[in-house]
Amino acid sequence: MLLEGVSRTFETEPPVRALRQVDLTVDEGDYAAIEGRSGSGKSTLLNILGLLDAPTEGRYWLDRADVLAQSDSERAATRARRIGFVFQSFHLMPHRNVLENVMLAGVYSRMPRGERIERAESVLQRVGMTHRASFVPTQLSGGERQRVAIARALLTHPRLLLCDEPTGNLDSRNTATILDLFDELAADGLTLIVITHDELVSRRARRRLVMVDGMLSEQPRRLDEPA
Amino acid sequence: MPALRAVGVRDLLDEALASVLARPSRSALTVLGTVLGICALVATLGVSTTAGHQIVGRLDELQATEVVAEPAGGSGFGAPPVSELPWDIEDRLERLNGVVAAGGYANVDVGDRLVSSFLIERLTRDLSFRLRVVAATPGLFEATRSTLSSGRTWDAGFSEREDRVAVLGRAAAERLGITDVAHAPAIFVGDEPFVVIGILDELAREGDLAAAVLIPEGTARGLFDLGAPSRLIVDTELGAAPTIAAQAPLALIPNDPDQVRVTLAQAPRGVQAGIESDVQALFVTLGLVALLVGGIGIANTTLVSVLERVGEIGLRRALGAGRSEIALHFLAESTLLGFVGGILGASGGVIVVVGFAASRDWVPVLDPWLAPTAAVGGAAMGLVAGLYPALRAASLEAAEALRSG
Ligand SMILES: Nc1ncnc2c1ncn2[C@@H]1O[C@H](COP(=O)(O)OP(=O)(O)OP(=O)(O)O)[C@@H](O)[C@H]1O
Ligand SMILES: [Mg+2]
Repeated sequence: MLLEGVSRTFETEPPVRALRQVDLTVDEGDYAAIEGRSGSGKSTLLNILGLLDAPTEGRYWLDRADVLAQSDSERAATRARRIGFVFQSFHLMPHRNVLENVMLAGVYSRMPRGERIERAESVLQRVGMTHRASFVPTQLSGGERQRVAIARALLTHPRLLLCDEPTGNLDSRNTATILDLFDELAADGLTLIVITHDELVSRRARRRLVMVDGMLSEQPRRLDEPA
Repeated sequence: MPALRAVGVRDLLDEALASVLARPSRSALTVLGTVLGICALVATLGVSTTAGHQIVGRLDELQATEVVAEPAGGSGFGAPPVSELPWDIEDRLERLNGVVAAGGYANVDVGDRLVSSFLIERLTRDLSFRLRVVAATPGLFEATRSTLSSGRTWDAGFSEREDRVAVLGRAAAERLGITDVAHAPAIFVGDEPFVVIGILDELAREGDLAAAVLIPEGTARGLFDLGAPSRLIVDTELGAAPTIAAQAPLALIPNDPDQVRVTLAQAPRGVQAGIESDVQALFVTLGLVALLVGGIGIANTTLVSVLERVGEIGLRRALGAGRSEIALHFLAESTLLGFVGGILGASGGVIVVVGFAASRDWVPVLDPWLAPTAAVGGAAMGLVAGLYPALRAASLEAAEALRSG
């Protein structure tokens, strides 16, 4: 993944320059945390990385493809098959149970129906939520909801997992469970980019990036930290 | 590079169905307007076809297809008419478009001759009867929609050869004690013998001929005193009677058509049908208005649902839905609502038609395409109603949708 001189300006009054000349290279299997103050442009960057938004300036290659030159449906297909999203507010469908929520990711990736159930059961097992498969989201705790959302993101075997403050609504114990899960996923070779305010979260990542007023910089790893 | 793809039809329908069922009471209320509209339309059209078929049922149909021609009555009291009705009725009338059958008859003046089934008339006066003898053309039987209980009728050949054959009306046959023609029974009009070749069962028209002895017109002219036909009966196709009535005089007496008096059995339902068509127009209008309101209802609910479900739209985009798939999803939802409304409305309409027909002992008559067309019409309306909300949903920016959801 390669970003070159990416800027994003919102044409509001006055215009907001949310990203300014961001350069970023992320290798396959990287585990990066992005920190920064509120309003610094972290979510904006993540949306661009996830092909949900387009920069006003700059270039972006994903898997050696110039994704900005692609059509809406080509980018949608890339999101469906290569990219998983995890949000602070979970975004689970309230009227559907855990299994159905997870299987929803299979609809737009054109996963065969038979495969969807099997795959959903296996990712639910992975996040340890098999015993809640028939519950609806309102019957789950925050940590459980986030694990279901992660299971949904993993359904289609994505290569890139983008997480926007995944532990923002969770207590420390639930946070620890999610972070253990991230460690396992990173160990399996999944590329992870996690936005966070939480020192605890960013310390677990292999790379730490800091966003200040739309500008991104790499923070050198401190010596006392585990590699 | 991922190939371009569209979400499967089954997935699309499943997703739409799940969304509609997630809010059952709202969906039910939304569909209500469509149900009422389609129901009113199907019921109105069904009731009017049922009533229409009832109007052309039995008696009404008989009247609506009958034309009777008679001599106009001469130029003065007692004076013979200037022109008389001809006997070659079939030749003249059956070539008119819309004529099913035509025939005529006249009473035969048989003086004081009695009719008997025995030759020994003079010895046994008690078994001889004063019966009406009628000369008729072969088309009369079909034109009066007669049925035979036995035997056959004659054709033009019998008349030309002046064959001595007779067909008896039911009452005449009873008096003469003849029940069937298996052994070619004979009757005598005075001294003149005739072979009975048929016995009539029912005459739908000209029922008083049941008491008569009918003989071919040619035969009658050869034996007795026979004038011009006194009554001509025409059986027409449905709706052709007025035209035939207008054309018949000229066809019968081209140089003096005024000598023909034509009577057309006035269909008594004419006025009523006019009223019904006004009522029908009113109900169709009400149905269309209800349907329009139903469509607006679906459009409104779908739009509200788009605005409420911005977060869900963002999520679907993140999971890999393109703008077109978002549009299709909401179109499928509104089409589904319209389709369900169409099915329920069509079913309700059919129930109304059947109930209405049952309450009047009528046979319900429905165009078999009406109900399916109504259901598809409901779906089409739902599709149109969903266009604007679907475009709104598709135009949302994924990132913003996710943030505000
Ligand atoms: N659609 C938009 N229109 C106008 N301004 C926007 C829009 N989206 C974001 N912004 C602005 O861009 C800036 C960066 O927003 P962004 O959501 O990326 O911040 P963030 O770093 O994720 O903050 P937080 O930690 O609070 O989530 C903010 O000042 C925000 O007001
Ligand atoms: Mg943010």
